[in-house]
Formats: sequence, C-alpha cells, structure tokens
Amino acid sequence: MSSPFGTGAAGSPRQHELLSAADVARIVARIAHQIIERTAPQPVVLLGIPTRGVPLVHRLADRIREFGGTLAGVGTLDVTLYRDDLRRRPTRPLQPTELPAGGLDDALVVLVDDVLYSGRTVAAALDAVREYGRPRAVQLAVLVDRGHRELPIRADYVGKNVPTSPEEEVGVLLVETDGTDAVVIRRGPR
Amino acid sequence: MRHLLTTADLQFETATALLDTAEALKQALLGREVRKLPTLRGRTVVTLFYESSTRTRASFEIAGKWMSADVVNVSAAASSAAKGESLRDTAITLAAMGADCVVIRHPASGAAHRLAGWVPAHVINAGDGTHQHPTQALLDAATLRDRLGTLNGRTVTIVGDVLHSRVARSNIQLLITLGARIHLVAPPTLLPWGIANWSGQNSGAHNREQSWPVTVGHDLDAALPGTDALMVLRVQAERMHGGFFPSAREYSISYGLTEARLRRLPEHAVVLHPGPMLRGMEIAASVADSPRAAITDQVRNGVHVRMAVLYHLLAAQEEQQ
Repeated sequence: MSSPFGTGAAGSPRQHELLSAADVARIVARIAHQIIERTAPQPVVLLGIPTRGVPLVHRLADRIREFGGTLAGVGTLDVTLYRDDLRRRPTRPLQPTELPAGGLDDALVVLVDDVLYSGRTVAAALDAVREYGRPRAVQLAVLVDRGHRELPIRADYVGKNVPTSPEEEVGVLLVETDGTDAVVIRRGPR
Repeated sequence: MRHLLTTADLQFETATALLDTAEALKQALLGREVRKLPTLRGRTVVTLFYESSTRTRASFEIAGKWMSADVVNVSAAASSAAKGESLRDTAITLAAMGADCVVIRHPASGAAHRLAGWVPAHVINAGDGTHQHPTQALLDAATLRDRLGTLNGRTVTIVGDVLHSRVARSNIQLLITLGARIHLVAPPTLLPWGIANWSGQNSGAHNREQSWPVTVGHDLDAALPGTDALMVLRVQAERMHGGFFPSAREYSISYGLTEARLRRLPEHAVVLHPGPMLRGMEIAASVADSPRAAITDQVRNGVHVRMAVLYHLLAAQEEQQ
C-alpha cells in the first residue's frame, strides 16, 4: 500500500502535519467513548470502509472493548461497486467485503472511514448496506471532516474538523497501510 | 483495457487484477439473498453467437444481469445472419442500437479481432474458431488458484485435441504468463504441425504467439505423476474433417482419463474440463463426478470471471485512444 502522497517526505514546504500519532490515538479513544455513550447498552456493528477505514475500524473495536462497550460484530464494507463516479476514473480495484456473521438486519451499524469530504463514498456505503440487510440505524464515524459536502450527509462522530480548500489534499497515514500514524495536509496545485 | 480478444494481450498485472476482481466479486455476492449489483446500470451488453453454446452464453448473460447491465442475446441461427447478412453488417446494426459491449462467438478464427475494428463497442471474444477463448482460460486460472493456491511453478498438463482447441491456446498463454509450466499430451495427429520444433525453443525470445514454451508428449501415463492439474479437452468432432485417430475406443484407451489414471495423479492434483464433456470418451463418468474434478467450480467461477471482465471493460472511464 502506497502513501496517499507518494514518497514525498512529511514536513516538506508544501505539506504539514495536522495530527501526530499521539493525536490520532487520542481521537480514536475519544470516538470509542462517544460511541459507547451514544449507543450503550445496545451492541453495535462496526463497518470499516476500505482502504483506511479498515485499520481504523479494528483500532476502534479494540478501544471499545477495552472501555467496556459491547460489539455485535466488526467487518469491512467495500463500496466500489456502488459508487456513482466509476465512469469518471480508471478502473478501481475491488477491496474485500467481510460482514459479521450476524448480518446487518436490525443492527445498530456504525460506518467508519478516514476522511469525510464530498459525502459520495458514504452515500455509496448506504446503498451497499441496504443490499445486505435492514439495520435499525446507521451512524458514521470519521477521523477527519474536511468539509465541501456535495450531498446532505453528516458524521455522527468526528475526530477533527479541518477547514480546507478544494485545492488541498488531506492524507491520513496509518501504520497498517503507510508505516506511520499521522494526518497531513498538502497544498495544491497537484 | 478496451477489448478482450486474446490472452496473449494480458500482462501478468492485468491478468492478476482480473482474477482478484473475480474473487472480490465472488466474496461480495457470497450468501446474499439478492445477487444484484448496481455497477453496470444503463450499459447494454449484446451476446452474438454464431456457434452453439450453453455455458458461455448463459454465463455472460448472468454475469451482466447480476451487475445490472441490460443483456440482449442474439444467436445467428435465429437472426438475419440466417438470411445472409454479413458479420460486419450485423455488428454495425447492433452497435447502432447502442450496444456498449459485444460478446462474440464465431467459427472463424480472428472474427472477434475484425469486429473490434468495425464497431465502437467493447468486444469480448467468447471463442473464435480454433484461436482463442480468453474468459475460459481466466476461469480455469481462477479455479486453479482456488485449488492450488498459486500457479507459479505448477505443472499443468493439457491432454486431448490441442489442434482444434482454442481453450488450449488461451490457457497456454495465460497460464505461462501466470508462472505455470505447460505439458501437452496428444496423439501427433491432434497437435499443431511442427509444435515439437517450436516448444522449448526461443521461449520468451520472440513473439509468444509463434513459439509456445511448452513441453510435448504422446504418453499420458508418463505425464501423470508430475502433474499438478490435468486439463482434459473435448474431442471436437465438429471440427474434424478427416481421420485423426482410428476409433473413439482407441482414443479413449490411450488418452481418456479413467479411474486408474486418476489414481496415478498426485494427491493434490485437480482435474479440469472446459465442457461440454463426452463422458466415456475423454473422461470417465466417475472421474467427472469425483471431488478431484473441479468442473462445477469452473462453471461457477466462470460467472465471476465474466463479471470481472465486464467490470474492467465497462465500469471505468473510457481510455483515451
């Protein structure tokens, strides 16, 4: 898995660190507490959206268990086949979908992704969820909300709100996919 | 990727991506009540078949429908081709109606390639004469990956009517690209002329179409112990205009996969057959039904592989020509 910014070093003049590894860890712990507060005693199903929602969902699950919350299942949901922008991009490789054994019917589902931007990924995820069952409710947790929504979608749990301009890129780096934990912002033009 | 005409066009990366997509699609549909994905909504796929087919045509139709494409089936016997319309005119007519993709099977080698030059649609070769049948090779590769883990370094023995087999040609090129070794076993009359001179020479040095880096033998029993996968080909009586072997019985004795031969294969070895099978001719009925045979797996994987091909051709942004 390559870094979202290629091999460019963090700290180069056009790129700066928004969140450190310690910040990311604190935010994941905070979101875990918030999910427990908002949902207990109902068990939740956590679904990570590939690519970086997957390591995040496992970290979040570990924290929720550690803090005494109850999980009905942890899984991943690839939304590629449900995207409305497939024909605007070269072929996107598919990622695995692994749903918890109990399915999604009547579950309280929390979708987990790294960055919330246009909202189109989440819209595709809602379509995908509907194909797999009828959850009691669906909530959304994101590490970074960078604004510029193109659809009426908002997150229930936000790690950090980051005002950005569309020319900027927000990159979430995670140990599992990128070898380090950080959130960086890079100024365009590309 | 704009067309899928021959496995010779598939680089290792592309072939692997197609197989990975097929696997992901299989997982995505596993255990679902509604097997329907919205990915190809509004796209039209036409299957244009000038030869009889059960599994390939049905498989493409199911693949298209599971991805929400509109699938139209045209068979030459029931179309204007029976009135004398040329392939080119038929294809242009279908393209004018808005076909985004034409899946063609034709008895003439090269038909799919010609078609690709005539119409703006994506063309998938579903079998052209004795030349190529790329989706069959992809589904065979998918099945072998399932059963053997990897193709790298594995020996695949292809036995039977290699001369007339587009399945063999497609598989040789794809499986070698994926790292397998190919051993061909057939009576000399059912091998392409001069193949013994090509094989093993110039491997990879020049045009792979002309030089197959394969080994060739005429003795099936000798090949069995070193085989990881045995691909049994159908004897294609419809393409044989002449005496290629003395009798069906003699062919069956020398080259048929019997239970006794199955026992001489290594424990892990898997048996493939592209279908339709002639039970009792090239494969014994009990072997075809044994758990060592992956023949129904091949058919099942065929749907996912064809979904993957449609996804790669139709779902992405059009490549700039």
